Amino acid sequence: MRLSVRHNTRYTFETPVRQLIQVQRLWPSETASQQIVSWTVSTTDSVYGAGHRDGAGDWFETVSVRGPVSQVDVLVEGIVSTTDTSGVLRNHREKIRPSSYLRSSHRTDPDASLKVLAADAAKAAGEGTLSLAHALCEAVADAISYVPGETLAHTTAAEALAGGAGVCQDHAHALIAVAIASDLPARYVSGYLMATEEDAVAMSEAGHAWAEIFVEGLGWVGFDPANGCCPDDRYVRLGSGFDSVDAAPIRGLVLGNNTDEEMTVEVVVQETEQSQQ
Amino acid sequence: MSQTGQSFFNEMLNGSDVRAAYRSLERWHRDMPDELRSLKQHEAEQLFRRVGITFAVYGEGGDPERLIPFDMFPRVFTHEEWRKLDRGIRQRAAALNAFLADVYDRGEIIRAGRIPEHLVTNNEAYEKAAVGFRPPKGVYSHIVGVDLVRTGPDQFYVLEDNCRTPSGVSYMLQNREIMMRMFPQLFLENRIAPVDGYPRLLRKTLASVAPQKCDGEPTVVILTPGQFNSAYYEHSFLADLMGVELVEGKDLFVEGDFCYMRTTEGPRKVDVIYRRVDDAFIDPLCFRPDSMLGVPGLMSVYRSGGVSICSAPGAGVADDKAIYVYVPEMIRFYLGEAPILENVPTWQCANPDDCKYVLENLHELVVKEVHGSGGYGMLVGPKADKSSIEAFAAKIRAKPQNYIAQPTLALSATPTFVDEGIAPRHVDLRPYCLVGDSIELVPGGLTRVALNEGSLVVNSSQGGGVKDTWVLAE
Repeated sequence: MRLSVRHNTRYTFETPVRQLIQVQRLWPSETASQQIVSWTVSTTDSVYGAGHRDGAGDWFETVSVRGPVSQVDVLVEGIVSTTDTSGVLRNHREKIRPSSYLRSSHRTDPDASLKVLAADAAKAAGEGTLSLAHALCEAVADAISYVPGETLAHTTAAEALAGGAGVCQDHAHALIAVAIASDLPARYVSGYLMATEEDAVAMSEAGHAWAEIFVEGLGWVGFDPANGCCPDDRYVRLGSGFDSVDAAPIRGLVLGNNTDEEMTVEVVVQETEQSQQ
Repeated sequence: MSQTGQSFFNEMLNGSDVRAAYRSLERWHRDMPDELRSLKQHEAEQLFRRVGITFAVYGEGGDPERLIPFDMFPRVFTHEEWRKLDRGIRQRAAALNAFLADVYDRGEIIRAGRIPEHLVTNNEAYEKAAVGFRPPKGVYSHIVGVDLVRTGPDQFYVLEDNCRTPSGVSYMLQNREIMMRMFPQLFLENRIAPVDGYPRLLRKTLASVAPQKCDGEPTVVILTPGQFNSAYYEHSFLADLMGVELVEGKDLFVEGDFCYMRTTEGPRKVDVIYRRVDDAFIDPLCFRPDSMLGVPGLMSVYRSGGVSICSAPGAGVADDKAIYVYVPEMIRFYLGEAPILENVPTWQCANPDDCKYVLENLHELVVKEVHGSGGYGMLVGPKADKSSIEAFAAKIRAKPQNYIAQPTLALSATPTFVDEGIAPRHVDLRPYCLVGDSIELVPGGLTRVALNEGSLVVNSSQGGGVKDTWVLAE
């Protein structure tokens, strides 16, 4: 499938800010299931630099905008060719040992309820790590219903489970928590999804997020509890980390007495014509 | 000789004879009238106060800023004693750096089954953001503080390694400075190896790890968390002596490929940052987002070869107390050598058999928190009463993996001034080994002394003091 992505983030500051700095991770991973056809990332009136690939294989660039500035746009546009590999991350170059992802963060700490959820899923699961991973994904999907507006950016996995509702970020955190509780390395993945009518659950979200669980013999496998499936050719993977902050496509700060930032995000992911082939 | 009911090595004595290295000092102290002594002690305090050497003690209420007690009686090593320590410390610093370069790359020592993987990758100090980037010259820990204790004439043990930003070197320099000022005659009578080359060597070491993209003379800065940090005095002292800028996070910013310092003449590119800020706080866009002490975007500039960070982010995994046990193995694995300095035998409570032994023998062990430092969260079994032993046992049972235990070593003692004259007090030693394009070690270090009679805890936060440390020239 060919997916075109247009992702615009607009920051508006009522009082102009002195400087804006961001570390952007907005370039799709190169894997067996996705190749970049064309891709550009631009930020208004900015200086780009310090491009590098980290140990997890993600490409980063640093952007700074010198103020005073009251509006900044970050525009991502491109086309990615995708293939369905049933969620399995193949031919992805990375150097971090999977066992590094057995550590939980504040957001993915398994509390007693998450541990119970993990143990119950393990009882229901069939033989093997892959079945366990599927069972954990289903358990999270069942325990946390998709309801936008119930949780906040800093909601933890434990809080989302207690509330029984959340968005894709909460599902991903909860899946990581139960995987770690089951001694399976797990991580947060941020990216895009071309949502269809059936999984309209995710259509209202700006970006998308899911989790990857390390399955011995297969490698990293994606699981999307928000949609109850493994990522297929409608997904575009950007990067990974311990949690939503660590894997955020954009991490930024503004300098200069700013208290009134407004951010609007628009993401459009569509299937495009297989042109010139 | 012993006042603690336990026998220990007195570094001044050989049986009842005064050892050659201490003879001149023994005369010096014997000939010193009491009035002169109290006058000098007072003078020393004035000097420390004037330069502003204080340290912070937390958790006891009152003014946390205190003057570190200085004992005027120097500690002496012979040339031969130092030669062995020198070789052993350099060996250890080389092995620790080889370990760091390995675990952030292919992890051969893990693949070879010589160290358990989870101890490394599941360690809080192991930074995945450091994986796959080789810092300049492959060096991660540029200043290695190796804490040593002595139990006999030829018996030294490494208590722990400090690979992040070991503090205290300013005391090594100041103790010498003050002794030379107060007792110049001593330095004419004895041939004492100088330590004042340290700041120059530190600067040379830092400049030698300038990043790939630096052409010309590198600009070095010291990054401090600020004046409320307990070691702020040391940060400004070292910056002065090296002739480099002392900066806080807000003085630096990232733009494009580089990191810059704000100056009155406009931005100036910074090439090497000797940071005294912990990993978690150096870059809010990579680590803790709430950090106000760091520089946003710094890790990206670091990983793309625009700036060097000393110590390298992630260096702390090598000095973790659970990893410590494996340092002799690192020396054999990376250097193919036999360890020159021994580790203290250590029980790891993560291991059920060890844990059982530890819980049964708490009254004679020293128990430490794996991630603790500064002598906090530690139990000295022989000095603890029954209720504190029981309380500590409960903590170990709750989280055994957080604790290690070691035998209570009979730390050596050196003569120390007390009200009645001099008396033996227990000491340790922290030398500062510099690692850049070469390994440098000034002859000496910081001797910490447990000033309370019989005490084995030398930390300044727990009643410890400092003294000048001499290495006699050949």
